[in-house]
Parts: sequence; C-alpha cells; structure tokens
Amino acid sequence: MTSTSFDVERIRKDFPVLSRELPGGRPLVYLDSGNSSQKPTPVVETMREHMAMHYSNVGRAMHALGSESTEAYESARDKVAAFIGAPSRDEVIFTKNASEALNLVAYSFGNRSNTDPRFTLGPGDEIVISEMEHHSNIVPWQFLAQRTGATLKWFGVTDEGRLDLSGISGLVTERTKIVSIAHQSNVLGTVNPVADVLRRAREVGALVMLDASQSVPHHAVDMASLGVDFVAFTGHKMVGPSGIGVLWGRAELLEAMPPFMGGGEMIEAVWMDHSTYAAVPHKFEAGTPPIVEAIGLGAAVDYLSGVGMEAIEAHERDLTAHALDALREVPTLRLIGPDSLERRGATLSFTLEGIHPHDVGQILDDEFGIAVRVGHHCARPLHLRFGIPATTRASFYLYNTTGEIDALVRGLHHVQKVFA
Amino acid sequence: MIGESMYQELILEHYKHPQGRGLREPYDAEVHHVNPTCGDEITLRVKVGDAGKIEDVSYDGQGCSISQAAASVLHELTTGSTVEETLSVVDEFTRLMQGRGKVEADEDVLGDAVAFAGVAKFPARVKCALLSWMAYKDAVVRSAR
Repeated sequence: MTSTSFDVERIRKDFPVLSRELPGGRPLVYLDSGNSSQKPTPVVETMREHMAMHYSNVGRAMHALGSESTEAYESARDKVAAFIGAPSRDEVIFTKNASEALNLVAYSFGNRSNTDPRFTLGPGDEIVISEMEHHSNIVPWQFLAQRTGATLKWFGVTDEGRLDLSGISGLVTERTKIVSIAHQSNVLGTVNPVADVLRRAREVGALVMLDASQSVPHHAVDMASLGVDFVAFTGHKMVGPSGIGVLWGRAELLEAMPPFMGGGEMIEAVWMDHSTYAAVPHKFEAGTPPIVEAIGLGAAVDYLSGVGMEAIEAHERDLTAHALDALREVPTLRLIGPDSLERRGATLSFTLEGIHPHDVGQILDDEFGIAVRVGHHCARPLHLRFGIPATTRASFYLYNTTGEIDALVRGLHHVQKVFA
Repeated sequence: MIGESMYQELILEHYKHPQGRGLREPYDAEVHHVNPTCGDEITLRVKVGDAGKIEDVSYDGQGCSISQAAASVLHELTTGSTVEETLSVVDEFTRLMQGRGKVEADEDVLGDAVAFAGVAKFPARVKCALLSWMAYKDAVVRSAR
C-alpha cells in the first residue's frame, strides 16, 4: 500500500512517544493528529538546545545571547516563509495559535483606526463563512458582526460533506467584505475549492481568508499560487510545539491594518499620549513572543521539508484509501464526510448506531491504547447540520501505518460487542 | 483492560433499557442541564407529593452510556423516597464520584449506583455520571420555592 520511497518505520523512530507503552502494557496507537501532532526528536532537541545554550529575549537585547536568540527567531520566520511560499518573509506573523491569527484579522475590520476602504465594515456589509468551520473561524466573525452591525452569512454543506457552492453568487455579493473558510475541514476531511470561492470574491471585491490549520501540515501549500489574502495555521498540528501560530497576509494589507495588541517591540516611538508603530511583521508581535516555540516551528518545517511534503501527502492518501475501505466493513458505521479520495485529506469522522462517541473513544483508549478524538471537534454547527451531537474522529499523519488503521477497525468491532 | 471496570453490565443494561425515561406531567420543577465539553444534555422534572415524597422523576436527554445510565439509576433510586432521603443518596453518589476511585462506596445507601464506582477513576467522565444527579438536586431546590 505505502509508497516505496516512504519508510514509515524510519519516520516512526523520529517520534519517541510512538514507541512508549501506556499503563497496562497497551501500545500507543495515535490517531489524533488533527487535534495535535506528536513531535520528532529534531524539534525537541532544537528547542532544548536553544533553551539550554542560547536563550535570551529577542529584538531588544544588545548582547551575544540576545543576538543569537534574535537570529534563531528571525531565521525561523525565514524557514516558515519559504515553507509556505510567502512572497516576503515580512508577511509571516508569529501568533500564539491559529485562533489569534483569525482574531487579529477580524479585529482589523470595522475598526475606527483603520480607514482603508477594504476594511471598513458596518450595517449593510456582510461577512461570509461556512457551516463546516472550526469555532475559531466562527466566533471571531460573530464578534465582528456584533461590534459593527454587519451581517454574518455562511455557505451550507452538502450531504456528502462538501461546501455548497450552488448559491454562491447570491451569498457572496457586492456587500461582502470578507470571506473566511477552512482550507480543509477538521471534521469532514474535505479540501475546499478555494479557486472557485476566490474567483467570486474577486468579482465583488471581497477579501479572502483561509483557515489552513488542517492543510499546511499535510500537503504543500503555496501562498503565491493560492492567491488569497490571509492564511492562518498553527504549529502544534505540524510536528511543532504548541503556543506558536502563523498569520500570513499580503504585505499591502498588513501594512494597512491596525495593530492588534499593544506592548513592547510593536512600537516605533512612544510618547505619553500617542505612539507610532513598528513595520510588519513586528507591528503585530507585541510583547516577548514565544521565542523557543517559534524556533521549534522552524525545526518542524525543516523536518517536514526533509521528509518531503509530496511524500507525506502520498502516504496519507494511501492511509486514507486503506481507512475508507476498512471502515466500510464496520456494520452501522456512518462516515460524515466524502467517502472517496477526491479532494479530501486524512481525517475521517463517523458514528456507530446506538453507541455514543464518548463510549467509543473510552473503550478504544482503555482496551487498545487507540487515541481518537470524540465530541464535536470544535465544530458544533457542522454536527447540528448532520443532526448528530458528536462523532468519533480518526486523523492520520506521516507516522501512522495501515496496521494502526486495522487496529482501529478491530477496536470498533470490540466496541460494538460491548454494546451488543 | 481498565475499561471493564467502567462499563459494568448494570450500566450497559440501564443504557439499553432506561427506566422512567420521557418527560411526564404533572411536575413541580423542570431543569435543563448541559455538559458543554461533550454536549451531553438532560431535561429533568420532579413531582414532589405530600410529606415531601418524590412522586416522579421524569427526564429526557442525550449523551454517552454513563450519563444516560446514571439518569436511569437516579430515577429508580429517588422515586418513592422522601426528598431528604434522596438528597443523602445524591451526597453519597457525589462523594463516590469525586473520590478519584479511592472512596469506598456505601452500598446500603447507593444500591445500583455503586456500579458507577469505576467511573470515578476517569476524571473526564465523572461529570457524565453527575450530570443528571446535579440536575435532580437543582430541580428539588426549585420545587421547594
């Protein structure tokens, strides 16, 4: 099944946690990377080494350690910029997570300190999201609508788990100022047709933001060729640490936007009654940033590039094909999301008739050491759309094997036996 | 095989064949409680009769086997007892659930509810077991107003 060029056993050796045992002698079968990924030794070691030998504050310390830290932090920005094909390294803003990146962009609309017409927003203007969004791409836009009186609208989702584009011309109109959707759904696995949405947005002069938290870790994503205006993603889902996220934005837009948070290092000069601000990206990085985390993210993209994003994508495709076939054999299993390999990633959510996902997850963990996510996965409206309170979700990454998927299927059969 | 201590036969039996499920009239108080972390929810009604006797506990909800079975056991243990008696059962059940698996259950007080002792070892699931019991306590307080 697995591509010959991809040695998953060698990859697994890079992730120490994968060889540990859980209490009771259970092996760990980690199928929850869509929630958060595990970390390879080079990321752990890079962070440890920096913290042990080079650590200091960045940007403001005028000593040797300050310069080593700043050099490492800023070089992490270069690495991330290269990894996502950003036209300029200054377009890469380090945030705490993807949620902060989304909030930052939402904050810049309808803000009195931003008179740029692309960002003015008020009653009569519209914001468009979708029904398949993670709460982090819903709530910030609800805030914005409440703050400005603008109207929040959304794409529906088809029964197959695709973005419903049938009414796009009535949904995205001259009144639309921003369209913000997931690049890949964290529940359905669906990869959304960005080009179709972008084309309509451009016709009406709306900006487009992508929540790429579930795409950037799994396949090559190139900012220049995507053609959108803003992209948010997070480090911990791409073998990097938690506490570090990224906002990429087109330079001319970032320059027009107001600072999101005030504090150290985001300023140019400060008087008692007003301030001027640093240039991007530092305008958006108030206070001491997550230094070691950013450096860890740099090591993470080095690691992913070393393996090769095309190879990772191909491996995950093999896993998804195997999982789609294997899960079809489980009685009463209902897959929520596309049941073909077409435009979908390695995230599979499902229900089992008469058995609550929390019970599924508990038994898989307790008896087989299989870690899946259960619940609404921070996408409650999507679950309401499908008329279910929760799903069980298996999400794969470069270190997963077809054997682990077989273990999941055996586990699901056992769960059904317990509740028979 | 830690799981076996949580999914006792009695819990599964109550989950598959819930006792007293469905909302009924008449009632003195109705409450709706949710567990925001997992989406479990319950609507629960109590009818208190003369001499403080619980005449009916009716409920409807959705959630995992633990939360649904706990509601079923609650119905059995409370209906027909006095408010005072049932509140001491609630207290004992709460003590058991919050005991991190280190509390010895008083079977005389708890009856079938001792089957939930294994749940106490799973901090993330304790609130599943307690959802309906906390809703009951709330409903009883409201019924007295």
